[in-house]
Amino acid sequence: MSSSENKKRKIAIIGGGLAGLSSAMKIAEMSLEKKDIIVQLFSIVPVKRSHSVCAQGGINAANKTTGDSTYQHFDDTVYGGDFLANQGPIKKMCDSAPDIIDLFDRMGVPFNRTAEGRIDRRRFGGTLHPRTAYAGATTGQQLLYALDEQVRRYEAEGLVEKYEGWEYLSATFDTNGACCGIIAQNLVTMEIQAFPVDALIIATGGPGSVYGRSTNSVSNNGLAAASLYKQGAKYANGEFIQVHPTAIGGDDKLRLMSESARGEGGRVWVYGDASKTWIDTEGIERPCGETGKPWYFLEEKYPAYGNLVPRDIATREIFKIVYELKLGVNGQPFVFLDVSHISREKGREFLDRKLKGILEIYEKFKGVDPHEVPMEIFPAVHYSMGGLWVDDKTHMTNLTGVFAAGEADYQYHGANRLGANSLLSCVFTGLHVAGPEAVKFARSREKAAWELPTEIFEADVKKEKDFINKLMNLSGTENPRLIHAELGNIMTENVTIVRNNEALRKTDEKIQELQKRFWNITVPDKGNWANQSIRYAHQLYYMLHLARVIVLGALQRNESRGAHYKPDFPNTNIDFLKTTIATYNKDNDSPIISYEEIDTSLIPPRARDYTKKTVSAAGAISN
Amino acid sequence: MNTNNTMTTETQKTVKFRIKRQITPDSEAYWEDFEIPWKASLNIITLLMAQHTHPVTSLGHKSTPASYEANCLEEVCGSCTMVVNGKVQQACTALVDKLEQPISIEPMSKFPVIRDLMVDRKRMFESLKWIKGWNPVDNTAPLGEGPRISPSEQEKAYNFSRCMTCGCCLESCPQWSADEGFIGPQAIAQSVLFNIHPTGKSLEDERIKGLIDNGLNVCGNAQNCAAVCPKEVDLIGAISQANWQATKYMAKQILGNGH
Ligand SMILES: Cc1cc2nc3c(=O)[nH]c(=O)nc-3n(C[C@H](O)[C@H](O)[C@H](O)COP(=O)(O)OP(=O)(O)OC[C@H]3O[C@@H](n4cnc5c(N)ncnc54)[C@H](O)[C@@H]3O)c2cc1C
Ligand code: SF4
Ligand code: SF4
Ligand code: FES
Repeated sequence: MSSSENKKRKIAIIGGGLAGLSSAMKIAEMSLEKKDIIVQLFSIVPVKRSHSVCAQGGINAANKTTGDSTYQHFDDTVYGGDFLANQGPIKKMCDSAPDIIDLFDRMGVPFNRTAEGRIDRRRFGGTLHPRTAYAGATTGQQLLYALDEQVRRYEAEGLVEKYEGWEYLSATFDTNGACCGIIAQNLVTMEIQAFPVDALIIATGGPGSVYGRSTNSVSNNGLAAASLYKQGAKYANGEFIQVHPTAIGGDDKLRLMSESARGEGGRVWVYGDASKTWIDTEGIERPCGETGKPWYFLEEKYPAYGNLVPRDIATREIFKIVYELKLGVNGQPFVFLDVSHISREKGREFLDRKLKGILEIYEKFKGVDPHEVPMEIFPAVHYSMGGLWVDDKTHMTNLTGVFAAGEADYQYHGANRLGANSLLSCVFTGLHVAGPEAVKFARSREKAAWELPTEIFEADVKKEKDFINKLMNLSGTENPRLIHAELGNIMTENVTIVRNNEALRKTDEKIQELQKRFWNITVPDKGNWANQSIRYAHQLYYMLHLARVIVLGALQRNESRGAHYKPDFPNTNIDFLKTTIATYNKDNDSPIISYEEIDTSLIPPRARDYTKKTVSAAGAISN
Repeated sequence: MNTNNTMTTETQKTVKFRIKRQITPDSEAYWEDFEIPWKASLNIITLLMAQHTHPVTSLGHKSTPASYEANCLEEVCGSCTMVVNGKVQQACTALVDKLEQPISIEPMSKFPVIRDLMVDRKRMFESLKWIKGWNPVDNTAPLGEGPRISPSEQEKAYNFSRCMTCGCCLESCPQWSADEGFIGPQAIAQSVLFNIHPTGKSLEDERIKGLIDNGLNVCGNAQNCAAVCPKEVDLIGAISQANWQATKYMAKQILGNGH
């Protein structure tokens, strides 16, 4: 780097998924003329391998063809999230969605096409409108590649510097308390280094690893968000973890079978048993289908939305079928997700054009062809609605100069995210909020970070080095991988679909026990070259902290809302129509939970009911 | 009694595998053998996870966890390419029950080893710069829809666009090596992808020049690459398309110079 490059302002973006790359693209574009800002893009994996490539089903935007409107999209999102989100930002996101699709279209994303050559749409959960644009069943991969390409173009022009194979560890703050740098570790040389920066965007995705196994990628370890939380950042709505209804099991990962399978006509069923009953919304007792015949329970229970009820609802229904009604396939914890009729009626090729990506995954891992045979699926931890608290308008966290975008932030999805809205929120926040606001902030700073005395940075580098040395020198009897497995198991058992306070209390105690045992581990590799064991242990340390944020948020929220369901408190409670805020208390090494008001000024809260088409109080027809 | 017996033999069933270790880029490589209890649905990544949990060889020697790359665990990110039982493939979809034991797991041979199963594939990403692997959009302003694309064009583009930069094709190509001239089939297919798009087309000449300068003509059409691509990218189609575009380009150069 030349010295004039050194003297430019820098914005560090941590994470190269859709949120990080769209921020990078926007910032580079804003800096194109004056070339006054350089993006430093950090990622554990090469950005092209970020978790966003896993996204299958598609991205939402209202479109003119189906009587849809951006207002309807807004209403579906707010209602689907059980009103637990500030409405202003959601409205802006839905309003800008059509332009976002156009932009991706211009960048060359091979969206599936209609006969006329326009972007095709399919229906997703929680709406009655086909508003999801898609590229086969690998939409996330295609959107990510388009951004990766544009960012590479800016990289070739010197406006973006990539630090791939680096892990962010913590932020450095100047004497005014504003972020002025980051500390990161090179995952090959293991060197720990400070990077002075004038703004920081955290786009590190979700914390799936806290649950051990989930549909998330390995790099979604939650360290960055948890580390900021320990540095004073507010973490919001941690307890709102989405459990996706349809995934397949595995020892290493739970693999998603996208909602798009149902969007394309896939049906969920089990064999019926007329000797068992369920009670409908009018209080009438009904048989569980016909004995020995397929029972399409979602279609029967939710005539308006059928198989495309929102995820929280589908997940709870499948859970009930398996554990309460004991109607799982062959008594096992599975139900069928069936697309074989589509293949029979419209042909294999038709199905492949729409869903090949996921059908391949199923066939590869299960050895059975889902074109012919129904898939066996069960719910899996999938997405975090919660994340770093950010200001509505700027996406700045409560730490000055630190912004958050994408799954790492907490906005937009409330208590339950609608399918195909996440990719949208990632791009919207990077492109329209965090990206431009970080530029504004970086330009407005009196002193550039490179002008600050190096001592500030050196002190923080030393702190991180000391911490890692401390971990390296532990020589106890515990195994970090086994502690992680214990954490994952108890979180999955007690903090997913059904929650109760006794179990949550026990879980919190267990995590604290694991935190103690953590200090009795041995890191099995003491080397200083591409040492993955030390990184794993370090990540585990932060996962344990984040787990407590999730559990205590759940414990204290005595109501049921969206993905958070407590049988002892089965309804929503207006007193809890508030954002949960966790802040780190150094004195007892624990989170403090408080609540913040939510802006519901545009659409008054109403009870969710997906058995019927309803009318929103604001006048939008349907849902 | 009988059932009990079968159950014990079932639970004692193991998986034997060998990992080629190399602790630094310059150190000697060596093999280590491992054995873990068998379970249903194991794949190479689950074996490596088990090796990380108990890094002890089958002879009982304490070792270290073998470094490797993996992220999505469902064959879409391209991270986990390795040579398993002699065949280059994604470790996450290599199912143990379909592999002969002892399973041998080694890093790709064409890329510099960083450590153990981790190799340096930076050149694959660099090559995307040489071919200007992007559609040059004006900016991110709301300028309306993109160009109309027919379903058949979309399907063609989508096939190339599924390339996950895994490197299987380069590992298998007899003409490609990390430090020599030939750019390799992955980047060739990507140039063809961008040359399909109405906006990307504007850079076709520069892209083709990038390929010619990087040894396009070296490809001997051995088709090893297409046979190993986990995403069924039409590499053969791409290579012939690129060659045709190169011929066109050169003809234009000659005519242009002649004037
Ligand atoms: C299987 C699956 C299917 C999905 N399908 C859909 C869908 O169809 N539609 C939809 O809208 N949503 C979908 N989602 C959700 C959506 O994919 C994610 O929410 C979204 O991709 C998150 O993007 P992101 O940019 O926030 O982060 P990610 O894509 O998760 O990227 C995180 C980045 O941060 C980096 N990183 C993390 N920690 C650090 C650190 N400490 N230092 C440096 N770098 C770090 C990683 O390397 C990576 O680059 C799906 C999710 C899954 C799991
Ligand atoms: S056809 Fe043969 S020589 Fe050409 S790129 Fe493929 S493997 Fe290499
Ligand atoms: S073309 Fe196929 S084998 Fe080659 S890098 Fe791309 S996905 Fe891998
Ligand atoms: S881990 Fe992503 S391809 Fe194997």
